[in-house]
Amino acid sequence: MGLLGEDIVTEDGEFVINMGPQHPSTHGVLHLKIWLDGETIKRVQPHLGYIHRSIEKMSENLSYRNFIFATSRMDYLSAHINNEACALCVEKGLQIEATPRAQVIRILMAELTRLASHQLWWGCTGLDLGAVTPFFYAFREREAIMGIMEETCGARLTMNYMVPGGVMYDIHPNFQNRVKEVMKQVKDNLHEYFEILTGNVIFENRTKGVGYISAEDAISYGCTGPVARASGVSCDIRKWFPYEGYDKVQFDEILDTGGDCYARYMVRMKEMLQSVSIIEQLIDNIPEGDFQAKTKNVIKLPKGEFYQRVETARGELGVFIVSDGAASPYRIKYRSPNFSNLSAIEHMAKGAKIGDLIAIMATLDLVIPDIDR
Amino acid sequence: MVDLLKGYNVEKLKSENLRLLLTYSFASLSSHIHAWLISSMGDGMAALVSEMLIVGICLIAFLVPLCFFLGYMERKVAAFMQLRLGPNRVGPKGSLQIVADTVKLLFKEGLTPTASDKFLFNLAPIIVVVTSMLVMAPIAFAKDLQIWDLSIGVLYVTSISSIAVIGILMAGWSSYNKYSLLGAMRSGAQIVSYELSIGLSILSVIVLTGSLKMSDIVMSQSNGWWIFKGHLPMWISFVIFIIASTAEINRAPFDLTEAEQELTAGFHTEYSGMKFAMFLLSEYINLFVVSAIAATLFLGGWMPFHIGHWELFNHIMDFIPSSIWFMGKTLFIIFIIMQFRWTFPRLRVDQLLTLEWKYLLPISMVNILLATLIAIMGWHF
Amino acid sequence: MTNEEIKLFISAHIPAAIYEETGEFLNAIIPSEELLPIMKEMRSNRDLNFDYLFCLTCIDWKDHLMMVYHLTSKKHKHTLVIKAKITDVNDPKIETVSGIWKTAIFHEREVYDLFGVTFLNHPDLRRLFLMDDWEGWPLRKNYVDENMIEI
Repeated sequence: MGLLGEDIVTEDGEFVINMGPQHPSTHGVLHLKIWLDGETIKRVQPHLGYIHRSIEKMSENLSYRNFIFATSRMDYLSAHINNEACALCVEKGLQIEATPRAQVIRILMAELTRLASHQLWWGCTGLDLGAVTPFFYAFREREAIMGIMEETCGARLTMNYMVPGGVMYDIHPNFQNRVKEVMKQVKDNLHEYFEILTGNVIFENRTKGVGYISAEDAISYGCTGPVARASGVSCDIRKWFPYEGYDKVQFDEILDTGGDCYARYMVRMKEMLQSVSIIEQLIDNIPEGDFQAKTKNVIKLPKGEFYQRVETARGELGVFIVSDGAASPYRIKYRSPNFSNLSAIEHMAKGAKIGDLIAIMATLDLVIPDIDR
Repeated sequence: MVDLLKGYNVEKLKSENLRLLLTYSFASLSSHIHAWLISSMGDGMAALVSEMLIVGICLIAFLVPLCFFLGYMERKVAAFMQLRLGPNRVGPKGSLQIVADTVKLLFKEGLTPTASDKFLFNLAPIIVVVTSMLVMAPIAFAKDLQIWDLSIGVLYVTSISSIAVIGILMAGWSSYNKYSLLGAMRSGAQIVSYELSIGLSILSVIVLTGSLKMSDIVMSQSNGWWIFKGHLPMWISFVIFIIASTAEINRAPFDLTEAEQELTAGFHTEYSGMKFAMFLLSEYINLFVVSAIAATLFLGGWMPFHIGHWELFNHIMDFIPSSIWFMGKTLFIIFIIMQFRWTFPRLRVDQLLTLEWKYLLPISMVNILLATLIAIMGWHF
Repeated sequence: MTNEEIKLFISAHIPAAIYEETGEFLNAIIPSEELLPIMKEMRSNRDLNFDYLFCLTCIDWKDHLMMVYHLTSKKHKHTLVIKAKITDVNDPKIETVSGIWKTAIFHEREVYDLFGVTFLNHPDLRRLFLMDDWEGWPLRKNYVDENMIEI
C-alpha cells in the first residue's frame, strides 16, 4: 500500500482518472481517460473497442439479405434507420426501388424510431445532469412507441424489419390507429418535457455555453446530425440527399447557432415535433399495394462500389459497399455518426469541468456500439 | 434598546402564555424516571450513566424506525413524482421493503479495499453516524421532551454538524480511490461554504429571540411562528436555510460529493454492506435533523399554531399534541427537500460555490441587518 | 464545379490520375505518394472547397490497398471520391490528411488498426479498437485467426 498522494498522481504530477468502461454516465462501455487539474479537464482521450464486434468483417461473410440485421446492433436506438440504410444501399446496387407502400412504411418507422430515440436521449440527459424524474416521463411515450413496433415487427429494440425491396411483413391492422393515438399523446405531453427540464435555471446554467463547437470545427471533425445542426451546419441528409420520398413530405431542418449543449438540446427537442409532423402527414396516406418488391432469393450485387447515406437519430450514417459480384459484400464500411461526433469530444471538453464533460457526453447522444461497431 | 437585544421578553411570554397551554408536558414523565433512578441507585454516577443509557436506547429506538420511514417515504415521494408506484410488494403497500433492504445490507460483505487505510476507512462511517446522532441532543421533540436543553443549543447544532465533513473527508481519503477523493474534496468545499449561510440565517432568528436555547426559541413563538411574525427577513432566511441545509446534508441538487453520473458514488464508492448502510442512515438522520431545526426556528417547533390573542383558537390548537405538531412540521419540510431531489438537475461544482459566495452569503448578510433592525425597532409582532 | 472541371483540375496537378464515373460519384484514382498536396489544394482552393471529409476507409484488393476518401463541399455541394492506391502491401504507408480534416484523426486510426496502413505524420497513431499488442490486421483479406469460426 502506498500512502495517498504518492501514486494517485502520475510521475508528471498529473491527476488522471479513467471514466469508464464501467461508469454510470458513459451509457455503455466508453472509456475516457481524463487528465485533471483540480476539477478542470486538461485532456480527454477516448479509448474505444470494448464492444467492438467487427460487424464490418462479419458482414463480409454474410449474404446481402443477412448483413442488414447485423446493423441493428450498431446504433440500437435507431435500429430501423440503420437497417434502412443497408437496404437502400443494396437496392441502389440492384437498381430497384422499394414499393411505394414500403417506402411510406419505412419513413413512418424511421420517424417513430427517431422520436423514440430522442425521447430516450432526453430522459438520459436529465439523468446525466442529476435530474432523475425526466427519465420516467420520457419512457411513458417511448413505451407506447415501442408497443407499436412490437405489434408490427415483433420486436421492441432491434426490429429487423427491412429487407431489400421493401419491408418484411405488412403493417399490423391496428398500426394506423395506434400511431395516431400515440402522436396525440406525444403532442399533449411534450409541454411537460419543457416544463420539467428546459426552463430550469440549473439546467440552463449547466448547458448554456458548455461544450461549444463552431461550425467550421463541426465540419472539420465530421460532426453530423443534431450536433452539427446546433452549430449552424445544415447537414440533414433527408433534405440534402432525399431518399425514400422524404422530398415529398413537409418538414423543416432545425438549425441553431449556439453550438453549445443547450443548442444541441433544443435542436433535438424541436426535431421531435418535426418527426411528429412527418408521421401525421403520412399516416393516413399509406398507399395500397405490395409491401415488398420482387427480388431474387440470392441477391448478387454487380461489381462496383455503392454508397448510401441516411439521417439516423444521431446524424449521418454512411454505408459503403464494395462488391466483386459475389453473393456477399467484398468490403463494407459503416461511416457511423457517433464515431465522428465522439472525435470532437476533446475539442469540446478542454478546459471544462467534470460536470461539463457529462453534459457534453449527454448532448452528443453517444451510443457506444455505434462507435465501436 | 439594550434590553431588547439582551433577552427578548421570554419570561413575560412564559408567564402569559404558558398558563394557557393545555399541551401535555413530558416533564412529569422524565422527572418520575429521574426520581425512580435516584431512589434505586443513589445520587451518583450510576444513576447518571443509566439515565444516559436509557436516553441512548430511546434515541436509537426512535431513529431506526424513523430512518425506515424516511426511506420508505422517499421512495414513495419519488414514485409519486415519477409516474411510478414505488415499492408495493413487501408488506402492506410495500412498507417493509426498506426492512428487507436493510436485511440484505446486513448480510452483504463489508469489503475493505486492500490499498485503503483500514483504520480510517472503518472509522469514517462511525464518525458520520455519531455526529449526526449527536446533533439530536438539543432538539425538542415535544413539550419538555428534549435530551439536553443546553443554553447554547443552536450553536451546538451548527458546530457539531460541521464535524460530519471530517467523516466524509476521511472516507474519501482513506478509500484509495480517485473518485472518492474528488468527492471528498468537493464535500469539504461545499460543507464549509454552506455552513456560513446556515449560520447567518440561524443568527437572524437568534436576533429576534435573544436566546440560543432551544426551549426559549420555541417559547418565543407561542404567539405566532417566526415565519409569520418576522416579516420578509424571516421568509428570506427560511428559504436560505432550506437551500443551504440541503447543500449541507449533500442531497440533490447539491449531491456533488456522491454525484452518481460524475463520480460513480463519490466518497462512498468503496463502501458496501453495513458500512454503506451507515452512510445511508446518517443521510436520513441529517435530513431529519435539519428539517427539525428549520421547524424549530421558523415554524415554532412543537408549538401549536397560535395567532396573537385569539385565545379560543389557540386553545383549540392546543388539543393537538405537541409531538404531532413537531413531527408534522418536520415531515413537511422533509417533503419539500425530497421534492428538490426529484425535480432539479445537479449543480456544477463552480456554480455551487458561486451560488453560496456570490448570492446566498451577501443576501443573508443584508438579511441579518434587516432582522436586527426589526428586532431593535420592535416591528415584529 | 462540374465533374469535368474537377477532372481537369486534378489532371493539371496529377497527370497520372485515372477516373471512374460509373457509380454515383466521380472517382479519381491517384498514386498514394501524391495524395497530400492535391488534398491540401482541394481543401484550400476556393472553387473546390472540399471542407467535409465524410468517409475515409481502405479496401484490401489483395495485390494492393486502396485508400478511399469521400469528400464533399458544404458550399458548392459537389462530391468527389479520391482513391489512393498503395502498392506496397507489406508495409503500406501514406501521408495523413488529419492536418486538413480533423475527423481523419479517428478514421485513420481505425484504418491503421484494421488494415495496418501507417499514416506518416499522424499526431496520435495507435490502435483504436484492438489491444495494443494485437497481432495482425483483421480486415485484411489474408488475416487468419485460429479462434475464428467459419459460419
